[in-house]
Amino acid sequence: MSEPSTSQRRRPDEGGEPHDREEDRGVGTTALASPDVDGVDERQASLWGDAWAELRRKPFFWIGGVLAVFFLVMALFPALFARGADPRACSLANSSQPPSGAHWFGFDQLGCDYQAQVVYGARNSLQIGFTGVIGLLVVGVVVGALAGYFGGWVDSLLARITDVFYALPLILGALILLRVGPEARIFGQPVPIISERGPGAIALALVFFGWMTAMRLVRSQVIAIKSSDYVAAARALGAGPMRILVRHILPNAVAPVIVYATITVGALIAAEAALTYLGVGLQRPNFSWGLQISDGQNLLRTAPHLVLIPSAVLSLTVMAFVMMGDALRDALDPRQRS
Amino acid sequence: MGRYVARRLLLTIPVLIGASFLIFAMVYALPGDPIRALAGDRPLPAAVQAALRAEYNLDDPLLVQYGKYVLGLVQGDFGTDFSGRPVLQTISERLPVTATLTGVAIVFEIIIGIAAGVLAGLRRGSFFDNLVLVTTTLLVSIPVLVLGFVSQYVFGVRLGVVPVAGISEGLYSYLLPGLILAAISLAYVARLTRTSLADSLRADYVRTARAKGLDRRTVVVRHTLRNSLIPVVTFIGADIGSLLGGAIITESVFNIPGLGRAVFESVQRQEGAVVVGVITLLVFFFIFFNLVVDVLYAVLDPRIRYE
Amino acid sequence: MTSPVHGSAGSHAAGTRTDDATATSSPRTGAPVLEVEDLRVEFRSRGPVVNAVNGVSYAIAPGETMAILGESGCGKSVSAQAIMGILDVPPAHITGAIRFEGRDMLQMGAEDQRKIRGPGVSMIFQDALSALNPVYSVGDQIGEMFRAHRGTSKKEAKDRAVELMDRVRIPAARQRVDDYPHQFSGGMRQRVMIAMALALDPKVLIADEPTTALDVTVQAQVMDLLKDLQRDTGMGLILITHDLGVVNEVADRVAVMYAGKVVETGTIDDVFTRPAHPYTRGLMSSIPVLDGKGQRLNPIVGAPPSLARIPPGCSFHPRCPMARRGDGGRPDCTSDVPPLREVAAGRRAACHYSEELLHG
Repeated sequence: MSEPSTSQRRRPDEGGEPHDREEDRGVGTTALASPDVDGVDERQASLWGDAWAELRRKPFFWIGGVLAVFFLVMALFPALFARGADPRACSLANSSQPPSGAHWFGFDQLGCDYQAQVVYGARNSLQIGFTGVIGLLVVGVVVGALAGYFGGWVDSLLARITDVFYALPLILGALILLRVGPEARIFGQPVPIISERGPGAIALALVFFGWMTAMRLVRSQVIAIKSSDYVAAARALGAGPMRILVRHILPNAVAPVIVYATITVGALIAAEAALTYLGVGLQRPNFSWGLQISDGQNLLRTAPHLVLIPSAVLSLTVMAFVMMGDALRDALDPRQRS
Repeated sequence: MGRYVARRLLLTIPVLIGASFLIFAMVYALPGDPIRALAGDRPLPAAVQAALRAEYNLDDPLLVQYGKYVLGLVQGDFGTDFSGRPVLQTISERLPVTATLTGVAIVFEIIIGIAAGVLAGLRRGSFFDNLVLVTTTLLVSIPVLVLGFVSQYVFGVRLGVVPVAGISEGLYSYLLPGLILAAISLAYVARLTRTSLADSLRADYVRTARAKGLDRRTVVVRHTLRNSLIPVVTFIGADIGSLLGGAIITESVFNIPGLGRAVFESVQRQEGAVVVGVITLLVFFFIFFNLVVDVLYAVLDPRIRYE
Repeated sequence: MTSPVHGSAGSHAAGTRTDDATATSSPRTGAPVLEVEDLRVEFRSRGPVVNAVNGVSYAIAPGETMAILGESGCGKSVSAQAIMGILDVPPAHITGAIRFEGRDMLQMGAEDQRKIRGPGVSMIFQDALSALNPVYSVGDQIGEMFRAHRGTSKKEAKDRAVELMDRVRIPAARQRVDDYPHQFSGGMRQRVMIAMALALDPKVLIADEPTTALDVTVQAQVMDLLKDLQRDTGMGLILITHDLGVVNEVADRVAVMYAGKVVETGTIDDVFTRPAHPYTRGLMSSIPVLDGKGQRLNPIVGAPPSLARIPPGCSFHPRCPMARRGDGGRPDCTSDVPPLREVAAGRRAACHYSEELLHG
């Protein structure tokens, strides 16, 4: 077969607009532009301008955004939401009291005001979510950009290492690391961060076993963009690899990474709760929703509010980021628009 | 194709080695002295302790210990725990439990996930479509932990329609845990099916199928579903590997003695051999099912060829 | 059968030409096989109503080749898809009449309409790669016509597919019948599409830009094949294109479309040499002429209107050098819609001032 194959035609626009499907191919045709059914201006706007216009119309984005801001404020200024109650002032006389007008969330088993307990749990959750995501982005972007940009054996090696981590179950890996952490020694010294069973250790464990998706995202974006014309142009003008990577490639790889990062904040918050529930995460006197759920588990029959309230708050927090991430993805990737 | 599979299988070896070594190294640093812990209150005579330490290679450096472990592994020997019980025996008890749980979860993914996705995709913008969108958002957002507890409370404690925990009632005990384990993937399957179907429905070849005078059923089933389910089927295939290794929370909430629990209990008891053995196996499954998916892809989509 | 009236057309490829006056009868058989009358298609989804087709009328006789000529977005593909009944209703809203062998397809039930697709009217598309299903072999897709419409067995259908592939001159058809679309070259894929469309000997074949996506040398081969097949089967051929060269070579008659409307119909010779509509004239003068050394091309000023905002009156008036305000009882191009009317023997045009164009 010596005939050349046809070129892929662009995909039809997403709406119901009846664009005629033919494309002008020059020879023998009129010298006229094709008509435009929908607004020309909108199409020429940049990806981000488009995305913002799209985002503004999405209820999911606003619900998620408002929830996220709400919990962020709660994490920064918990006293605002505790209604005057001190989370550490407890009286066993109040043990496991159900919610009431004065104490909206009731009391936990130790007789602490549960609303204060839950409210003070926001800080740890969000801190782990955000530092964790920043951590795995740093690792993912660095490893992914190096692998994608240099290719060859660097890429092969980094890809194999990524495969190793990818195949390890996140929660099981983090479970072991956190269990080992406090007593692990490097040259006879305790390992910083990981040896204290605080939010930092949990974030670190989640980063250690969770950076691979970010790496793959960045790597594939970098490879796609590396072969594009404007990078070739920059190279032709004599730009060095570092400059090309930082100035030309990374900014363009950023859209999918932002989507991924937003959703992952929620995923890490859920993972923290899981690890804490398994007993290797946060511990008293830290405030943690995972801890509250875990402690309440045994009282599920008698005092279900002890499980249900932190569960609801935890879910709303995760949902805030998932919804924002979903809305962002739809906005940044027109193909997935619903 | 055969050569491709062979090459991929060869590539799993470094991954298996890397993953098992990573876990081995972490377990090596497990706190405390397992032998002393094993002995409990009555200290063992020093000579016995030393003999045990030698038997489990506990005094060797990390790399030597690991080397001996791998040598055993390639001969099919997963080692024994400190009470002398072969790790393989633990695995053979626990694997069927986790496999059943995963199997139930996958069935839910296929039935509910695909059905919801197809119905939503065929009627985009309908009430049902929006319902699927909201439900999947909830499923993805609510942590498995929470979903587990709440459903346990509602269906087990309050309504009493399913066992609260444990696996004493056979397959029936796996229904709720299976559904919970499936939740997130189920939501993803529904969305993937919906998007993929909607994409296919817009495809030129569907227009052609209609122009051929095929009836609606043939157009939808043969020319739309067949194509749009390719990514869904491959996702579900790969998900088997993920769920096997990701069942620990579900197993803990519902008190199901599977592989995840085995790792959890062994970490607590400082049983390194079980931890490394089980996780290595899970890593193998993960890689295996991903390979299966790649082969499946080529079978389902003739455009994909591996040389 | 008459020979071309205007011998001055010169370079036209030899071929049968029908000089029929009303576009509803053919000297060959008398009755048209497909008649489209005042076809209109609106799309009503979010946003403004889009009037993709606003009154298309033509008829095609057996053995006749009718070219639908127009720029991208003039509604020619949409009108063809409306005839095929493959537009989604809604958002599309179709009115008018599409008579196949005298029966109005728009009045039929969906099932009756479906049964016409394939054995009655068939269609081939521009981009065969995306128009063929990537996961079924070409033999399967060709054979599906027999299985779906005639209940032929799988094996028999495959044999028929091989025969058809032979007929459209795909080399080694027997060996290639189980290959998938992506394994063929562009030209061969388009032949597969043609084989599929011709499987049930349709009375009318609609070819929507069949060669646009192909390499120039392959274009000619595919057009030749289509002409040969048409001669063998006596089917009517509706050729949708924006390529004046193709029209010139293979068509008997042409309908020129602008902004969703047919603005002129007639024989190739008439329309090409003495256009009766200013838009057609504009199209002709925008063709580069080989011997016209140093001559400037005369593209039409401006761009076609958005189908959501078609100008009132004659939709071409904002770009028309002849457009004028009505004075002294003469029609006003900016407000009076020109009907498609007979402007000379055997030709119709939708312009208030066709006669000036033809005679002055």
